[in-house]
Amino acid sequence: MRAITFTVNGERRTVDVPPMARLLDVLREQLHLTGTKEGCGEGECGSCSVIINGDLVNSCLVPVVQAEGATICTIEGMAQDGTMHLIQQKFLECGAAQCGICTPGMILAAQQLLTLHPRPTMDQIREGLAGNLCRCTGYQRIFEAVKQCGAEPHQAD
Amino acid sequence: HPDRQRLHAAVRAVEIEYEPLPGVFTIEESERKDPIIWGDDNTFKSYLIEKGDVDAVWAQAAHIVEGEYATGAQEQFYIENNGVIAEFSERDGVTVWGSMQCPFYVHKAMMEMFHLPEEKVRVVQVETGGAFGGKEDYPSVIGAHAALLARKAGRPIKMMYDRMEDMAATTKRHPSRTRHRTAVDKDGRLLGGEIEFVIDGGAYATLSPVVLSRGTIHAQGPYYWPAIRVAAKAMATNTPPHGAFRGFGAPQSIFALERHMDHIARVVGISPVEVRRRNFLKTGQTTATGQLIREPVYMEGLLDRALTESDYQEKQKQFERENDASTIKRGMGLACFFHGAGFTGSGERTLASVVGLEATEGGKVRVLASSTEFGQGTNTILSQIAAEALRLEYEDVEMQVPDTSKVPNSGPTVASRTAMIVGKLVHSAALGMVKTLQDGGLGENYTRAEFLASCARHVKQHGALKVFSQYEAPPNIFWDDVKYRGDAYPAYAWAAYVAEVSVDTTTYCTEVKNFVAVQEVGRVLHPILAKGQIEGGVAQGIGYAIYEKVVWREGAMANNQMTNYIMATSEDVPPMKVIFIEQPHEHGAYGAKGLGELPMDGPAPAILNAMETATGIEFNECPVLPEDVFAAMTEMAR
Repeated sequence: MRAITFTVNGERRTVDVPPMARLLDVLREQLHLTGTKEGCGEGECGSCSVIINGDLVNSCLVPVVQAEGATICTIEGMAQDGTMHLIQQKFLECGAAQCGICTPGMILAAQQLLTLHPRPTMDQIREGLAGNLCRCTGYQRIFEAVKQCGAEPHQAD
Repeated sequence: HPDRQRLHAAVRAVEIEYEPLPGVFTIEESERKDPIIWGDDNTFKSYLIEKGDVDAVWAQAAHIVEGEYATGAQEQFYIENNGVIAEFSERDGVTVWGSMQCPFYVHKAMMEMFHLPEEKVRVVQVETGGAFGGKEDYPSVIGAHAALLARKAGRPIKMMYDRMEDMAATTKRHPSRTRHRTAVDKDGRLLGGEIEFVIDGGAYATLSPVVLSRGTIHAQGPYYWPAIRVAAKAMATNTPPHGAFRGFGAPQSIFALERHMDHIARVVGISPVEVRRRNFLKTGQTTATGQLIREPVYMEGLLDRALTESDYQEKQKQFERENDASTIKRGMGLACFFHGAGFTGSGERTLASVVGLEATEGGKVRVLASSTEFGQGTNTILSQIAAEALRLEYEDVEMQVPDTSKVPNSGPTVASRTAMIVGKLVHSAALGMVKTLQDGGLGENYTRAEFLASCARHVKQHGALKVFSQYEAPPNIFWDDVKYRGDAYPAYAWAAYVAEVSVDTTTYCTEVKNFVAVQEVGRVLHPILAKGQIEGGVAQGIGYAIYEKVVWREGAMANNQMTNYIMATSEDVPPMKVIFIEQPHEHGAYGAKGLGELPMDGPAPAILNAMETATGIEFNECPVLPEDVFAAMTEMAR
């Protein structure tokens, strides 16, 4: 066991865990942040996506020891004070979530995409979400939701 | 075990010794009947449809067209694996919570397994991360395992499959083989045909008879056959049992027919469009099972719309001009089809589903149904229907979590039946509730506030206000199980799909560049959800056509990982145009028919038809992976 400290959704947390435990399990079982989902456990589906130090990462492939000192954003960190994040709002309006299991990871992938490309082209959207599998939607409504986020006025404007 | 690491160590310490027996792993091996692994002849179930005098048509035919077509297994690939929690006590019996489509299937399985009365078994559906048929019957298996362990351990048991376990153990779409022999006149009109449709059931019968039934009835497609014989069978093999997957047998037989229609067009010397146009089933004609089509059929209109929206003719001409000089070959492909909504044959009559509505303490109306939400929109549309029928707001309606101790059995959530059948029951229960309240003094033109006040008054005076409605088949729908004839479905959805495809002759990769899906599904209850259903189904159909290949090794799935069983990502799906032509259906809720399974039927044949137009190569088996394109092109070059 080892004490590991990192910041999750703006809060400093210390966990006492086996160093090679998967970050995914630590988030879900120790911190009860169950919005992060497991789909495959081998880094293919993206359901367990979180943002670590500005990178979109599959948390099923990260030993928790690597998260020492890191800043992590999970789906629970997206809504603020009970108000949905713009991406969540657009997912809702556009019908971008069906069963919802890929949605947390997909929203974080969209967040990362919009950080890198505030007004993404269709090709950038398709590429930016390609690590997150969705079996329900055929992606079309997700594309629409992300496109609409990109069309919103930005602070820089 | 609470410690996952120790559990893994324990599993590794168990060694199972197997004594291998000779097995059969394909339809052909099963047909050889050596060895016999099931019954007398390895056949789980067979059906025969006969209409007209098929033996007489061959002499009149200008052309006799034959073809053989095959489809592979397909994994449902819900992103959330199968999983349940079970609890057991001598006093209270069994409780199972899980990711599932059909709580009452699990309920029945537990009653049988533990010999318990129905009130001693409780099954609760929890949020379910995708299903597509893969959580229709399998939760009874994993639920049973967990419940038995819970009894043995004296503690609650949670069982979550990991991806490799889920892919290895759970059901997939039945592999199939279809043989067509068709008599046509000189203009390409169907005179008659023989269809042999065979599916690989795997090691146990499970749902194979019903999957086979739907596939058998859909083998005729949306065409008029003066004479037809469909002989169908489900064979036993030594693979895990194949089961329910969106489309339920229809994608297999429709794949074969729609490839075959292109084949017929080529033999006759007319276009794929024309051969279909000349043979569409029309109102007043009868299907292979003798069902008189009473509803208006707009197949020609759907086809025309699909051609216009896809720019079919212009693009086809352009590709024909450009293909010779390009290493990338492009083509357009078409598929026309129908999909029956609701259970096949007498299924709905036998189920006799029940739905209830209840006035809640909180001043709302609650829908009591066993219909489950797993992304398709059950909760939304059933709430919409209740609100509309009661003349309330959407917010005034809530859904009871499907829990067998609280909801009546409104049937399984399968077969594109929820909007049409269960929705209609919600509607009639709502009308019953209004009548009860009006008998108690609620006015004819009540306001929302008056309605809710009247509910509260009723509850205060008479206790709970619950109103139930039970399914009754429309009076003119009848199916004869013995003769396998009659009205196979209460209603059909109709569709014409067009795929634009490119095949790269350097990399052998196939891409779907554009997709147009035009359909008539009755009235669309929720346009965004309905579009989402079609788009998701088309993406699964694209996978079925060109990405998703189950590799078998001695009856076991060899590629049971997301790493090497490939589904479409966001980079693999084309822009999709989804168009609904609305024709309200009199027996569905607010005119709805079924639409959930429909989009799975058309993409694979449309895509392989387009691949043939692009390359001149007949691909008659799906999926077609780059290595298959390579093999076919190498063969052609010889």
